Formats: sequence, structure tokens, C-alpha cells
Amino acid sequence: MRFGTEIVALGLFAFVALVAAGFGVDEPFRQHMWVLLIVLLGFIAILLRNTSFAATAPVDPSAYMDGPIRYGAIATMFWGVVGMLVGVVIALQLAYPDLNVEPWLNFGRLRPLHTSGVVFAFGGNALLCTSLYVVQRTCRARLFGGDLAWFVFWGYQLFIVMAATGYLLGITESREYAEPEWYVDIWLTIVWVAYLILFLGTILKRKEPHIYVANWFYLSFIVTIAMLHVINNLSIPVSFLGSKSYSAFSGVQDALTQWWYGHNAVGFFLTAGFLGMMYYFVPKQANRPVYSYRLSIIHFWALIFLYIWAGPHHLHYTALPDWAQTLGMAFSIMLWMPSWGGMINGLMTLSGAWDKLRTDPIIRMMVMAVAFYGMSTFEGPMMSIKTVNSLSHYTDWTIGHVHSGALGWVGMISFGAIYYMVPKLWNRERLYSLRLVTWHFWLATLGIVVYAAVMWVSGIMQGLMWREYDEQGFLVYSFAETVAAMHPYYIMRAIGGAMYLSGALIMAWNIAMTILGYQREEEPMPGSIPALRPARSGARKWA
Amino acid sequence: MGLMDKHAVIEKNATLLLVGSLLVVTVGGIVEIAPLFYLDNTIEKVEGMRPYSPLELAGRNIYVREGCYLCHSQMIRPFRDEVERYGHYSLAAESMYDHPFQWGSKRTGPDLARVGDRYSNGWHVQHLTEPRSVVPESIMPSYAFLKDTAIDVKDFSTHLIANRRVGVHYSDDMIANANVDLMAQADPNVDTSGLEARYPKAKLGDFDGNPQQVTEMDALVAYLQMLGTLVDFKTYDEAAGYR
Repeated sequence: MRFGTEIVALGLFAFVALVAAGFGVDEPFRQHMWVLLIVLLGFIAILLRNTSFAATAPVDPSAYMDGPIRYGAIATMFWGVVGMLVGVVIALQLAYPDLNVEPWLNFGRLRPLHTSGVVFAFGGNALLCTSLYVVQRTCRARLFGGDLAWFVFWGYQLFIVMAATGYLLGITESREYAEPEWYVDIWLTIVWVAYLILFLGTILKRKEPHIYVANWFYLSFIVTIAMLHVINNLSIPVSFLGSKSYSAFSGVQDALTQWWYGHNAVGFFLTAGFLGMMYYFVPKQANRPVYSYRLSIIHFWALIFLYIWAGPHHLHYTALPDWAQTLGMAFSIMLWMPSWGGMINGLMTLSGAWDKLRTDPIIRMMVMAVAFYGMSTFEGPMMSIKTVNSLSHYTDWTIGHVHSGALGWVGMISFGAIYYMVPKLWNRERLYSLRLVTWHFWLATLGIVVYAAVMWVSGIMQGLMWREYDEQGFLVYSFAETVAAMHPYYIMRAIGGAMYLSGALIMAWNIAMTILGYQREEEPMPGSIPALRPARSGARKWA
Repeated sequence: MGLMDKHAVIEKNATLLLVGSLLVVTVGGIVEIAPLFYLDNTIEKVEGMRPYSPLELAGRNIYVREGCYLCHSQMIRPFRDEVERYGHYSLAAESMYDHPFQWGSKRTGPDLARVGDRYSNGWHVQHLTEPRSVVPESIMPSYAFLKDTAIDVKDFSTHLIANRRVGVHYSDDMIANANVDLMAQADPNVDTSGLEARYPKAKLGDFDGNPQQVTEMDALVAYLQMLGTLVDFKTYDEAAGYR
């Protein structure tokens, strides 16, 4: 019977959820288990509708396994739109606080939904599907482990749903970018180990002697995230039938463990993984080899070694001992070098293909991504300098910095990769529309520029207002006055975010139409077809 | 470039690549984080720190649950303007019982490390219920529902036991009296001498203006009112505390 084991296993899992929903010691936990039960029953219903008792056709072991990647591409688009939409909502809540709806839709509960939604749901699915796409094609091997890839895909979606609904119910560990509570963390650990086995197993059965550079980055991202996730989430639950747990560490040790995790969620999840994406999709789309093989070796080892040290720059001038702060600052500044090494390697891959910038909006998107990567990896080390940080810390400047990296680098490189993959995954000749990609490109780019510029102004202004003294030596502004001064910037920031979101919606439409098999009839991009220059009367006169 | 040629060995061996990258990424954490657990001077010697009372801990859990840390820091940096605005700069010792820490990373609202004793209970309740009625510029969401929500605890001693497992010095006495203390701190009509002996400087009384019920508002205000009030800075040796 097809899906027989899966249906039985999910049924048992659903029963456990039902028991937990009945006997949970706190209300949010009971509600959360009901959510889990409903989701699992949904899974079971889908499997029951698709089950059959006929013998299934044997799979061709030499063919690539693209099913989970197709689902992953759709999930990336879906969660991207959801996560960005929540971002626009919370941006508007900061401008118009009456938009808060207590208790479930207050800013404090929606903000982790936004960050996890874009980082782990959108970014995570993008990494998951591109890594499985890349590893098969660069190893010339089918994914390892049969249906393991399906388990990883659906297991990860379950993690996202449980994390997201938990935040709205008030279930959080309050560790930024690691908010899910202990039982959701355990589930993610299981899924993540399965992902590591899947990825490593595929590399081990490769037919290519060399492991391609993109896979180094993907592999180090997977293994480092496993380490960070497990250590940062060490905690003791109050009850095995309750949602609350207490972190294993306290105060200063807890703070540094969290920011060791937090900064490397940026360094490995949002950087190393997406560099893997860059190293495959930029050369493919440009149809040029990677610029420098040696640079990629130095770039890889230097980046993963240095990134891990940078966490303390989130704790400058706090109660963290000074030696740790200084160490963190020094390594953060050094990190500028491998980051720009990677940027140069990505950009210079276009050597001899720069003309494509005019004609191919997808390569334009990728180049913009790498440019934003370079910009934010310069800004980051600068902000990690203690003197600069004394002004920028606690302000919107940090938020602007994160978004120039997240929207500019992570978002744009993912969009480029999805635009590249989708026509190939569904055997379409081309995308539904390249013109819509151009629209997406400009909306996204202008959205980021508005967002980042506004946050620079508001962040620096906020920092300066907090520390402004008059000639008598009194503080000039009350805190409330600095909040009021932010209002116009919060509105403009929401506009920037909405522009970026509208670009993503255009992309979702474009991708959906491509998958459905439509092709928009449109003028080719100017310059994409070599044409003889028509003889003009004016030209003749001057000849 | 002989070294670069040797790299081909790693490129052809997935296990070597995995182990190599794992080793490389562990170094930073070991050098930076591990010493914080054994270096004596990581946490200053101070007088006055004690574990949270049950009601304060329950309030702290609400603070965590509602994501207050996303807009409010609890970490005053040693700058003139911050010390004038918020009080003495924060010490590591002041968060030694914080599982997890709540230092925060963003000040959309002001720092709360020493908000205790700054406002009346009534002000806090009004501010949490309708923020803009007391601070017109505020962009804080309303938390009026806390007043109507009774504290949902079957047995609060389990929370103290979990904290003891991660290193907080809760005595057997404290654990045995956890449920009594939780209710007593917000009830002006009971004897609180045991509670005061166990948790010196604990703020007592009906916090939310509703003596019929111990609500989440009682707990949160009890927590806010003790923030930053424990350490006795008259006996604190600034020079010895510098790391």
C-alpha cells in the first residue's frame, strides 16, 4: 500500500498530540497541541486521498529527484509573501499603534512571526530546495535515502507552522531568531539531522570526483546550524506536557551564547548557505565559470573561521567582559576581507558577460544581490567598531543594516535562483514574462533603497537625540520625544517594505503562470536579439 | 601554490570536508564563550541579588511571552546620557538569575533595567491598559487583557524546580512555599513575613487594583516594580568590578 507506513506513523503522532492537548499543564500548550493535531489530520487526509494499492512503478535511480524541489520552490514563494506581508503589517503597527490587536496580533508576538517567516520559512525553503537542486546536478547523483527528501521537506514545513502558531499563542523562548520552545526545537533537530544525512549521503554517492564549491558552503551551513541550534536551545522544560522551559544558561553567559547563535544565524544561514546559491546560479545564469578557484578556497575557510567569533559585537558596552567585546570587534573587522573576497568572486564571474546586464533581468537581480552583499558586509564591520556601535546600537540603524542584507542579498539571490530553476523544474521553455522580472527588479531595488536610507536617517537621529545635551548640561529630549520624532520615518519605511512586497507578489504571479505553462506574448528585451543597425537618413548625411 | 594543490584532497573527500569545517567553526565559540563559565571576574561581587519571588517570576514569564524584549532593553550602558536617563549602568551580576537573559537589542521604547520604583502601581496598570492615556507619544500596544486574565498555574513550584535545575539557588523552603508565596505577594490581607524573609525587598500588595483575584497584571507589575532594585550600590566596589 502506497503511504501505508506514513499514514500509520502520522496517526500515532496525531494520537500523541491529542493526548498532549488533553493533559497539557498550560493553556497555550493545549492550544498548540490542538493546532498540531489539526495539521497532522490534514496531512493524513491528503495521504489517504492519494493512496493506492496498485504496485508502484520502480524509480529510475539515475534520474534526479525533483519533486521535493518543486514543492520547495512553491513553498519559498508562499512563505516569502507571508513573511514580507507580516513585515509590512508590523512596520505599520509602529507608525499606527492602534493596528495592534491584543493579545494575538500585538507587535511583540508578530515580530518573531515576521523574522522567522522570512529567515527560516522563506530563506530556509530557498536553501532547502536550491541545495537539493545543486547537489544532485553537481554530483551527478540522485538524492540519497529514497523518500528522506520528502520527510525533510514536510518536516520542515511542520516546524514552520508550529513555530509560527506558537508565537501568536505566546509560546516563545525570547531568544531572537531562536524563539521556538523546546519541543519545536527538538522536532527541528530531528528534521535538520535528516537534512544533513540527505545532503551528505548524496555527496558521498557522487559520480563527480570533485565536490563543487557550492556544496562546501551548503555543507558547512547545514552542520554549523546544527551545532548552533542545539547548544543555543539547551533548556529545561517545566513539564513535558507544558510549553515553558528555562534556558540552561543565565545572564551574561546566556547573552553571549545567544548572540554567538544569533550572529551565525546570519553568518551561516543567511550568508554561507546563500553563497552556495551564488556559486552555482550566478555562473549558470551568466554562462561563465567561477572567476577564481583559489579565491573560493580562501574565501570559504576564512569566512567560516572568522564568522563564529563575531557574536560579541551585539553586546558592546554591555555587562559582557571587555576582553570578549574587543575580541568580537577585531574578528568582525577582519570578516570584511573574506566577505569582499566572496563578493569579488561573484561579481567577476561576469567577466566577459557584462553585456547580459542590459538584456537579462535575472542576472541583473543576481548582480544586485552580490552588490548588496558587499554593501552590507562593509556596513557590518563598520558598525561593529565600538565607537560607531555606541551610537548605532539599540537604534533603527541596526534594523536598516539587517534589511539591506536580508532584502538585498538574501532576497534577491533567492529570487534569481527561483527564476532560474522554475522553468527547468517544470520543463518550460522560458518564464511566463521577463518584463515582469524587470518590474520586480526595480520595485525590489527601490524598496530596499527607501527602506535602508530611511532607517539610516531615523537610526542616527535617534542615537543623537538620546545623547544630546544643552549648554547647561541637561539632556535635551525626553525618550517620548524621540519616539514621536520617528513617526514620519516609520511611515516611509512601511512604504519601502510595501514596494518590496509588491515586487514579490509580481514574482509569485509570474512563477505561477510559468508553472501553469503560460507564456506572455511580449516584446523581447531590447538588445537581446542582435540586429543590424537600420540606415537612418541622418546617418547618411554625416557619412 | 603547493598548499592550494593539497586542497584537492579535501575536495574529493566529503568526510574530511565535513570534519574540517566543523573543527574550524568550533574554535571561536570555545575561545570566547567557554571562559565566561569559569573566569571568576565575569560576574561582579555584589550584595542584594536573590532569585525572583514566584509572583515576580510569573510576571517575568509574561514579559517574555509578550515579547517585551523586542522593544525594551534591560541593559544600561556606561555612558553619561544613559546613566542620567536610566540610572547606574547594568552589572552582569544583576542578570545572574535570568534564564533567559532579557538584555534586548532594540530601544523602540525606553530601557527598563531600573524601572522598578520609578512609577506607581496605578501608573503601570493604566499604562499597560491604555498606553497613550499616560504617554501621548507612545506607540506601545495595549495589554488590557492582562487585568482580566487570572494567573494560569496548576503548581508553580515546578517552575522553581526547573530553575533550580539550571542553577538558580531556590531553597527547599522556597519551593515548598511557591504556591502560597505566589498568591500572598499580591494579597494585602495575609501574613507575608515568610515571603519577606525568603525574598528580601519583594514588593507587596494588590498591584492591579483588583483584590479579588491574582491576575497576570499583578504578576507583570510586581516584576516591573522590582527591576534594578536589588543590588545595594552603596556597598558596590566599582574598581573591583571592572573587567
